[in-house]
Amino acid sequence: MNNLIILPLLIPLLTGVILLFLGKKIILQKTLSILSGIAIIITSILLLMDVNSNGVQAYFLGGWLPPFGIALVADSFAILLVIFASIILVATTLFTFKGLDLERKNYYYYPLVQFLLTGVIGAFLTGDLFNLFVFFEVLLMSSYALIVLGGTKTQLRESIKYVLVNVISSALFVTAVAFLYSVTGTLNMADLSARIAEINQPGLVTVIALLFLIVFGMKAAIFPLYFWLPGAYSAPPPVISAIFAGLLTKVGIYAIYRVFTIIFYHQPEVTHYTIGVLAAITMIIGAIGAIAYNDIHKILVYNVVAGVGFILLGLSSFNSDGIFGGVFYLLHDMIIKAALFLLAGAIVVVTRTTKIGQASGIMKSYPLLGWSFLAAALSLAGVPPFSGFFGKLLLIQGGFLAEQYVFVGILLLSSLLVLYSVMRIFFLMILGEEKLPEPHQRGNVKGLVYPSIFLLALSFLMGMGAEVIYPFVADAASTLLNPESYIEAVLKE
Amino acid sequence: MEILISIVVGILFTVGTYLILSKNITRIIIGTGILSHGVHLLLLTMGGLKQGAAPLLGQEAASYTDPLPQALILTAIVISFGVTSFFLVLAYRTYNVHGTDDMEKMRGLENDE
Repeated sequence: MNNLIILPLLIPLLTGVILLFLGKKIILQKTLSILSGIAIIITSILLLMDVNSNGVQAYFLGGWLPPFGIALVADSFAILLVIFASIILVATTLFTFKGLDLERKNYYYYPLVQFLLTGVIGAFLTGDLFNLFVFFEVLLMSSYALIVLGGTKTQLRESIKYVLVNVISSALFVTAVAFLYSVTGTLNMADLSARIAEINQPGLVTVIALLFLIVFGMKAAIFPLYFWLPGAYSAPPPVISAIFAGLLTKVGIYAIYRVFTIIFYHQPEVTHYTIGVLAAITMIIGAIGAIAYNDIHKILVYNVVAGVGFILLGLSSFNSDGIFGGVFYLLHDMIIKAALFLLAGAIVVVTRTTKIGQASGIMKSYPLLGWSFLAAALSLAGVPPFSGFFGKLLLIQGGFLAEQYVFVGILLLSSLLVLYSVMRIFFLMILGEEKLPEPHQRGNVKGLVYPSIFLLALSFLMGMGAEVIYPFVADAASTLLNPESYIEAVLKE
Repeated sequence: MEILISIVVGILFTVGTYLILSKNITRIIIGTGILSHGVHLLLLTMGGLKQGAAPLLGQEAASYTDPLPQALILTAIVISFGVTSFFLVLAYRTYNVHGTDDMEKMRGLENDE
């Protein structure tokens, strides 16, 4: 039992509650938000060290031992994601200093983000399926409020669709939980894993597994269930899109990884192959969408879809290289997507338009913004000095070991198209003749670029110094591939 | 008994799906309400409908009904209550701003705003 585990959950929750009382004291809210992010990062790093030396840690809420109580389980996978989620919180909060209107800041933007982070971190750390549902609802409720915050016409229209899709997927989640409870009689993940291993996953359980794939796939935006994402992610202001792109779909991916490695891993030729096929189509759809549009937000939104496909391919190959690549790429994707959306926000402040053809030549007046965008684009596509390369390399290696040559081919092809889609923004909008609105109409990008540079520096460090985080990611992958260590940590007493 | 309730749940799911596929926002919200009723009833049924006393230790009985699904349903009910009230306010606000409650007329156009 390790009491440190509950801190990453309590810090944002308490900060959120305190921020509710600080109504219009924006400076205090900003300071507290950043302090909360830093506090989570510090406690999580301590926790990561502990897990790395002593194995998976569990915390039993109220002292009730599992399977009767709710357990919070911290393995390297969950803690790495908690750390990266808080890094995104800090970077986006820094962006809001200049990049969010006072109206939204006055109406509970900061507490909502803290509650969103509570939901995200809770979903990462929980060891109980129904508790996972509750934390999903915590993060979804905050995201509903964030997506509609400001109440413009587009935001209202898109949030109706977003809320409806998520209400339906939550209903399906409860249905899946009900079926699984009826078959196994438990909801604790470790206990579920042990009981399903005993009955060797009959067909009925595989059907429930596929129902979970539909539920989490709707959150993660995989192929037939991605339709809500392009509208919903391009409606809110850039900071909120950056938070969504960095955190929300990633929680769905995390849940798929967790459920299909710890619980439903006995019929990989059905479940994991299905995931592979859907991931391949998701990559194709994402790449097609990314090259089809002339609107920066739409291009980046479809890049989010393509990224989901890349990460899930690692789960489909289901060997140590694939899972390792998937986890590494997931971490990389979180920071780089947040950085790209923040940079797109800064570009729109300068150009006053999101259309590629209507503005060009940002590089001449704003070189820092231009070069940062180039760095982010190269990192996204997986060019060596940055973090995207290492993850994709291992994904490809894992795919070859699993003999999924077609999927690997699709991955390489869509990486090329993803590179083309972002380089098109770079060449047409950032380079070229200067065609911008009059200087007095442009906003000020000072302070908007620095948060993304912070994220890009992190991506660069992850690419150059991969050995530093290698042991942690390797530990995360080995826990995912050997559920015994997870089960033992939770059910040992 | 479980089979009968399962059929009822199936009907609720069908009605909910049908209403969600309609054009009017209010109908869609009623559909989500019916869908969540179906889900809660399913959760109760899947826990087993065997005879037994209510799960109160004051009632001395040989066996009790399973208390876990009841706790899960209680949680799911308040969550869906919160989401539904938010959804209703959202629909009201959207009606005021867009001037329509027809989903077909709320398509995203390229140069709106």
